[in-house]
Amino acid sequence: MNNLNVKFGLRNMFLDGVRPVSELVQHVNTNGSNAYIDALGLKHKELNDLLRETALKGVTSITVQNVFGQRYIGTRLYLPNLAKKMEIKIAPNPGNDLGAFLNGHRLIVYGNAQDGAGNTMDDGEIIIHGRAGDIVAMSMRGGKIFIRDNVGYRAAIHMKEYTGKVPALVIGGTAQDFFGEYMAGGRVILLGLNLSKNERHKAHYIGTGMHGGVIYLRGRVEEYQLGKEVGIRALDSHDWEIVGQYVSEFSSHFGFDPAEILQEKFQKLLPVSTRPYGKIYAY
Amino acid sequence: MLMKKNYRSERHVPAKDIEACGLFGVMNIRGQKFGALMAIEAIKNIKVRGNGLGGGFAVYGLYPDYKDYYALHIMFQNKDIKAKEKTEDFLGEHFEIIFDEEIPTNPQVSLFCPPLVRRYFVAPKKGEAEQAIPDDEYVTSRVMYINTNIEDAYVFSSGKDMGVFKGVGFPEEIAAYFMLDGLYEGYIWTVHSRFPTNTPGWWGGAHPFSILDWTVVHNGEISSYGTNRRFLEMYDYYCTLHTDTEVMAYAVDLLMRRQGLPIEIVAKIFAPSMWDIIEHLPEKEKKLYTTLRMVYAPLLMNGPFTVIVAHHHEMFGLTDRIRLRPITAGAKDDLVFLSSEEAAIRYVCPDLDLVWTPQGGEPVVVRLNSEDHLKSLNKSI
Amino acid sequence: MYSYLLPEFAIERNEERCIRCRVCERQCATDVHYYDAEPDKMFFHEEACVGCQRCAVFCPTNALFIRPHPAEYRPNSSWNREKLQDLKKQAETGGVILTGSGNDKPYRIYWDHLVLNASQVTNPSIDPLREPMELKTFLGRKPNTLEIEFNELNGSEVKIKSELYPNVSITTPIVFSAMSYGAISYQAYKSLAMAAKKFGTLFNTGEGGLPLNMRKEYGSSAIVQCASGRFGVDPEYLNAACAIEIKIGQGAKPGIGGHLPGEKVSENIAVTRMIPQGTDALSPAPQHDIYSIEDLSMLIYALKEATNYEKPVSVKIAAVHNVAAIASGIVRAGADIVAIDGLRGGTGAAPKAIRDNVGIPLELALAAVDKRLREEGIRNKCSILAAGGIRCSADVMKAIALGADAVYIGTAALVAMGCTLCQKCYTGKCTWGICTQDPYLSKRLNPEITSQRLANLLRGWSHEIKEMLGGMGINAIESLRGNREHLRGVELAEWELDVLGVKGAGE
Ligand code: SF4
Ligand code: SF4
Repeated sequence: MNNLNVKFGLRNMFLDGVRPVSELVQHVNTNGSNAYIDALGLKHKELNDLLRETALKGVTSITVQNVFGQRYIGTRLYLPNLAKKMEIKIAPNPGNDLGAFLNGHRLIVYGNAQDGAGNTMDDGEIIIHGRAGDIVAMSMRGGKIFIRDNVGYRAAIHMKEYTGKVPALVIGGTAQDFFGEYMAGGRVILLGLNLSKNERHKAHYIGTGMHGGVIYLRGRVEEYQLGKEVGIRALDSHDWEIVGQYVSEFSSHFGFDPAEILQEKFQKLLPVSTRPYGKIYAY
Repeated sequence: MLMKKNYRSERHVPAKDIEACGLFGVMNIRGQKFGALMAIEAIKNIKVRGNGLGGGFAVYGLYPDYKDYYALHIMFQNKDIKAKEKTEDFLGEHFEIIFDEEIPTNPQVSLFCPPLVRRYFVAPKKGEAEQAIPDDEYVTSRVMYINTNIEDAYVFSSGKDMGVFKGVGFPEEIAAYFMLDGLYEGYIWTVHSRFPTNTPGWWGGAHPFSILDWTVVHNGEISSYGTNRRFLEMYDYYCTLHTDTEVMAYAVDLLMRRQGLPIEIVAKIFAPSMWDIIEHLPEKEKKLYTTLRMVYAPLLMNGPFTVIVAHHHEMFGLTDRIRLRPITAGAKDDLVFLSSEEAAIRYVCPDLDLVWTPQGGEPVVVRLNSEDHLKSLNKSI
Repeated sequence: MYSYLLPEFAIERNEERCIRCRVCERQCATDVHYYDAEPDKMFFHEEACVGCQRCAVFCPTNALFIRPHPAEYRPNSSWNREKLQDLKKQAETGGVILTGSGNDKPYRIYWDHLVLNASQVTNPSIDPLREPMELKTFLGRKPNTLEIEFNELNGSEVKIKSELYPNVSITTPIVFSAMSYGAISYQAYKSLAMAAKKFGTLFNTGEGGLPLNMRKEYGSSAIVQCASGRFGVDPEYLNAACAIEIKIGQGAKPGIGGHLPGEKVSENIAVTRMIPQGTDALSPAPQHDIYSIEDLSMLIYALKEATNYEKPVSVKIAAVHNVAAIASGIVRAGADIVAIDGLRGGTGAAPKAIRDNVGIPLELALAAVDKRLREEGIRNKCSILAAGGIRCSADVMKAIALGADAVYIGTAALVAMGCTLCQKCYTGKCTWGICTQDPYLSKRLNPEITSQRLANLLRGWSHEIKEMLGGMGINAIESLRGNREHLRGVELAEWELDVLGVKGAGE
């Protein structure tokens, strides 16, 4: 439809116009092992360039202000030789894939996170003083995520564990559909603190396809909200120990009273089989 | 849509465009008007959701001086003067042209093959036999005539007191080109940043897509496109742009404008609940949802989508039933926002009162002088 | 075993030749042969035979003949034997029919309808034995133009100012395609790695991770996959590799995921995949962080972020109807390599309904993608890897002429290791030690020897490619890329020639 002899070619929305770190120095303020970054107007890669650069200079604690949607915060910090893991405080609104592939650092968000927080996270901690979007903790393999408020669709999808490495996700509010879908390991605690008395959790298809790990769910849920691969059990003393520990950690982050949280009824959701699809084939 | 384009067989109907996008919409529910800045800054914030191959804005309430006339935004590809003459002859024949001018652009902004874009404020000039035809139908059919029969002419939008500005480029570039910030004010702004997988190099292919005062911006890929399209053809909608957005727009036009269904019901047609959820509903709702699914099965929009649809007095956002595409809603005083990402809203309105994520298939309906949007808040998280 | 089925294979043992050495008994993984001391005779249960020919090959006296079973139902070209047998299996189990390897149905194989060119008179052919013949290929994104600082007075001081994208170089345009540790045995997996390294090309880890002990030595020859199951994916894995591949789909089973059954998840596999031993390793159908093209872009850049923008990122898709538009989107989303896996691509396990019916032939897909990317002016922004049914060096040549930068070979490599395409990979009882986790079977492969077989294959093909290139008067593989002037179609319909962008023979 365009008869001019011009090809549009390709524009790179991520990398076009990315400025070198040397042009961004005014965004960083370093003070010994602490640094402050003003993320206003920084592109995704620019902010992560600065974080990596700052980390390599030996800074271990960074506060990043004016974050509006910058993605992959923490992802570029795979630095096996770093003496000490970093702590990064972020406000108000980090973008998608916060802490994707995170390698042991600690991210604290004062505000809301978006989709993909903790995607394929390896180790470390993400603490969100707010809510998070869809697929939180997708394929997470280690570390801990604490979220004060709600999460979107498919939280904890395909979370997995191996031997000593057991990831944990604690959610203060409630979740949307397909919560714990495909879960293959790890511990998920859904507290429902913002539900009113007797209000059900909202999610449907909870734990559909689940074949590992455990979900501890506080508050009401109807059987038909669960996927057919999950069974409900009562908590035993070992479970209470686990729940107690995470709830107290959660409470200390966000200023709740753990005893009050633990008073309410908890249920344990377990996969009925580690091989949910073992029988659907004809050989 | 009333013109049927004949292909030798369905084999020759072009494949539809595949694309994904960033979306943003903002409305003042008291009807207060405001400039383009929020829409521009917000869509710039989610720049990586588009790829620079299309951007566009829809504005409502921008032509108060001509608010009783249909405002036609028409582009002429390659600044084709012949197309312009033909179009103007046609317009003169069927409409009273009250005022027309070239839409001002900023010559400093250089974009890819910009067409000539003009606006015409018109009133229908009906013949004897046409008196019974409602104005809206009259206008729609004439617009479709231009789109399908006059080479190099294409109507961006044709509603009253609203307009669409779009083109090939990142949305902020389109905004700069049309100088939206400064020249126009409206009470609804929706904006679209496009990520197509081809390069039409054609400004008409950008979004929003519009008929009359209805505009649609859309993200996702509707896998049921072929089913939906063939169903709509029975109602004389012929898809000429081969995009999901077009199908969505025609479906909205059919169900909402022509059949008069409210969006709350239409949402359940596009994104119906799963049977095993319907199973557990109270008897009356169960019957309603079952009947809707039975009757309107061909309009189930299957596959990932988020849309923001606007017309006068109303803007709504909707996702597919298993929420495969994101949407976030936010509110601050009289402003209600819809966006692909929360950050885009916060970037332009850091001290939001409310922010929420609706369930899949649950519409967020923003209406003038109402608090209807809060209904979705209650069902959301 | 099924009650109403005819055996698939008939076994004949020449009693005169048989010396009762019982080799066949030990070689067969499905316990077909057995020995009875009383009559001192070998017997067999032929209904368990899958026709892998292992016993026949190893029988020291060539006493065994394994053939498709001659019993036939009444001939019927619609309701053929395969359809009937499958119906009976499903009637007994209610299950999904599984199969392995690639689509074996008689869809047109376009390679066999394309012929290559050679020079006669008007330009000279080149003798590859004595003159240089270059196959070195770079995989990755190329910039549109180079900004170069050039000082004429001092020619040696040339500086490239443009920022370059990471590229990987390979010595021959043939790469081993994704086969995961888990789908194949450790020995087979390691053989691929060793051969790739030896020959200067690449292997692909599939989505089963890269064992820790192999990272240092073979990481630089590895394309590591990040697929929907994210098995074994951590930052160290990503950074150990020379390239990363996002697996969206696979030619043998477009649109569906995979299940590695729990019994195959041995201790070592569990460690590599980072999941508990004995649980099913389920790969979801989609990557749940990718529901659209802009999400793909998000993952591409997540991986680039995780590897400090040092590795090219490939995106592998199955060849499906809109493959050209999808490929364009993938390039626009930031991928450096697009891998296209056609209708005939192999698999360790797939529902037969999918393997045999979903997707389009590689040849058409490849030509369409190459054409679309050129039309849009972005072909140089990525490399194209063509996969799925490349059987010989001539297929490689034809794929490159249709626009590929290099090809992936999977099935061909398996056959080089011993596979006979019995299609029973999913049973885990591969007598050739390839698709199995049974140590008794897998130790049949010695990586030292098997990797040499694979390297030999690469050498043989590379040599043939050089011969064919020389014949065309071309001495660098890049001059063949997309060069359809060197292809002609035979027995193809108009539309097929159009899609391929190739003239008919004689035209
Ligand atoms: S399965 Fe293989 S080894 Fe066993 S009898 Fe048949 S051909 Fe021989
Ligand atoms: S391997 Fe051959 S010779 Fe040995 S027992 Fe079997 S059939 Fe007889």
